[in-house]
Amino acid sequence: MTSPLFVPVDAYLVPSLPTVWFGVILFALAMYVALDGMDFGIGMLYATRDERDRETLLAAFGPIWDANEVWLVAFGTTLLAAFPAVYSRLLSEQYLLAILVVMSLLVRGVAPELREQRENAEWHELCDRLFVVGSTVTPLLLGTLVGSWIFGTAAISLPSLLTGVGVVALCLTSGAAFVAAKTSGSLADDMVRYGTASTVAYLGGVVVLLGVVYWLGPSDVRTLLLTAPAAAVVLASVGVGVGGLVAARRGRHRLWFGTTFVLSFLLVGLVAVLLYPTIYPASGLTIDAAVVSPLALNLTTVFGLPVLVLVLWYFKFLYGTFAGPVDGEGYTN
Amino acid sequence: MILDYSLVTIVQIVQQSALLSPEFGSRLQFGWTITVHIVFAALSIGLAPFIIYFTWKDVRTDDRRYTHLREFWTKVFAVGFVMGTVTGIPMSFQFGTNFPVFAEAAGEMIGGPLAFEAKMAFFLEAVFLGVLLFGRERVSDRTYVLSSVLTGAGAWLSGFWILVVNAWMQTPQGFELVERNGMEVAQLTDPVAAFFTPRMPWMYVHMINASVISVTLLVAGISAYFVWRKRDSEAWNTALRAAVVLLLVTAPFQAIHGDAYGRHIADTQEQKFAAMEAHYETGQADLHLIAVPRSLDAMTDPRTDNLFTISLPALGSFLASGGDFDAEITGLHEYDENPPVAVVFWSFRAMVGLGFLFIGLALWGGNLMRKGQLRERTRYLQAMMLASPLGFVALLTGWYVTEIGRQPWVIQDVLRTNDAVSTTLTASEVTGTLVAFVLLYLALVTAFGFTLKWLMEDELERMGVRDEGDRSRPQLPWVNGDD
Repeated sequence: MTSPLFVPVDAYLVPSLPTVWFGVILFALAMYVALDGMDFGIGMLYATRDERDRETLLAAFGPIWDANEVWLVAFGTTLLAAFPAVYSRLLSEQYLLAILVVMSLLVRGVAPELREQRENAEWHELCDRLFVVGSTVTPLLLGTLVGSWIFGTAAISLPSLLTGVGVVALCLTSGAAFVAAKTSGSLADDMVRYGTASTVAYLGGVVVLLGVVYWLGPSDVRTLLLTAPAAAVVLASVGVGVGGLVAARRGRHRLWFGTTFVLSFLLVGLVAVLLYPTIYPASGLTIDAAVVSPLALNLTTVFGLPVLVLVLWYFKFLYGTFAGPVDGEGYTN
Repeated sequence: MILDYSLVTIVQIVQQSALLSPEFGSRLQFGWTITVHIVFAALSIGLAPFIIYFTWKDVRTDDRRYTHLREFWTKVFAVGFVMGTVTGIPMSFQFGTNFPVFAEAAGEMIGGPLAFEAKMAFFLEAVFLGVLLFGRERVSDRTYVLSSVLTGAGAWLSGFWILVVNAWMQTPQGFELVERNGMEVAQLTDPVAAFFTPRMPWMYVHMINASVISVTLLVAGISAYFVWRKRDSEAWNTALRAAVVLLLVTAPFQAIHGDAYGRHIADTQEQKFAAMEAHYETGQADLHLIAVPRSLDAMTDPRTDNLFTISLPALGSFLASGGDFDAEITGLHEYDENPPVAVVFWSFRAMVGLGFLFIGLALWGGNLMRKGQLRERTRYLQAMMLASPLGFVALLTGWYVTEIGRQPWVIQDVLRTNDAVSTTLTASEVTGTLVAFVLLYLALVTAFGFTLKWLMEDELERMGVRDEGDRSRPQLPWVNGDD
């Protein structure tokens, strides 16, 4: 049958299109880890701040975090659109973990918004607590979910839990770097301290995680870990992480924030290396077996990719509008 | 041994009596989450025109009235948006967690529109809401107004893509069933047919208008409250007038459109239409204008014998067929399995009844406006305050007719809900998470209610009519009127 939209029905626009979409969903995941990860980090750092600083932190991420959060939805729906079998199996097989993720995301999502609605110390205290807990638990659970996905383990396993802890450390790093880039003085100095500790924890965590996987994992995972791409991603992470710390020490906070962005992408790069060419290790499903039919994927490509470019432009506009330093009153210039 | 035995028995009894089956539990869970979510989704859709109008007037005229209305309603919009986001994310997850067979079988058909929804609509709304909330001093007037338009467009587009998916589930087409990874899945063959299903335009117009009506009633009710507290508040008189004018357009339109929509349902989903009218025997159908249950049985199992009805003979056939009094309408007895008829029947009556009430309120308000008495007529102000949540009730009952009326199918005539549910899900998991969702969402709704209350209290303070010291003064008119 000829498609009324002149999109080929029986073949992919380019033969590698399924792999391209594997890349696109991981790109959305990386954007989520980088951007909302920084919001989670700010949420965790909240616990260390007094009322005045908390206002500053809120002001820093107030205009952008709604948009950051959407990357999770973009990731989920794109996974459903391109690889529905993975979406449905992952979520149904990790039922409780998936439900817990959305619930903690929910608590953390409403807390700062509700806080603003009332000038009352006890109310602020309650919302702040929920925000800190939600901001810590959500990346932990999400990391655990992703860990159990890529290592094909049950929800609660050493590799999956370590992945969760690693994601928490990474979020803390990017949150600290973002706040440092937006502020100055003792607040920024504190951020450098927290950021240093969390970077070391993150890099150490990744090494320990891969060690554990190598030690516990089946032989094909072992071979995979020793391949050039995996080694390259790990070495690059260490290099970028250390580079970020040097930038932080020298007061180049924006550059530091940039390196945390790269770190997030490298982490998702590691996910890609560990998965490819399978996409759902638990049932051995490969990218080619899990992908939707050519017509559906071609359409998603023709209409979806340009929109994705537009979305990136929105983000440039949004971050451009709210560039510059911030204090408790909001953006200062 | 005896203790052991009795413990096992107790556990079994508790499990049998308290735990829901994975299918029923999943349906309740999805039904409950969408019940809460749809209210906030409709709030975004319905507030959009108000936000755009107030923002545009504010920027253009620099009139304090509009600045004020813009600020108040943008705050409501922002809180509603966050609530809508956090209550919506679990729903997209639930396709995978609770209905994975549906997600895998229909993924190719529904995934594309849902991904468009996220990329095209949701980002648009979230990004420009940030600008709208925090960017008044940071972007030009023109960009600011544009941000309000884009935020609203995001909300309306979001609804569009969601309804593309839902309409496909009601009237599926543009696919063929093929075998993939060991299961039967729907493969896209004709995208135009699949995206623009017969139901789509009906649903979209009806749902958008319903959202606008719901929010218009909310705006009218809140404005009426402030006007009632301070009659010369220019800002709130303006908002009240705007709401009444919008209601005059949207409420009658919904009735006309709803009638035609009903005919479309009779054409495409006979079983649902029969459930809406509790029409059991195939043959000529009456139209029940008013139905009152004679007993509790009639409440749970509405049949003509058990109901006191005021009906127009054969008009059901006339309306369903578009002009033939003798048209034969298939009755519910013809099907092996029917939706819960009582829920559909009474929901439909509630929706239609409320719809006519809204028309009445609109005409009453329009008449008062013509006579220049809108702000003086306390009865009207109080009626609008009471009616402020009713739009959402109509919206929800309408949604129940659509969704529950389609059972036992999740995709009409293609996939049964029962077959779509996860095979690994246990009764205790689904029951436990249902309880958690109920509590969590109730907490959210309560928090939203309080937010609205605090916003209104701040507003009263600003208007200079809130008396902190005097606790005896009634806050809400239906507690104790003071005119």
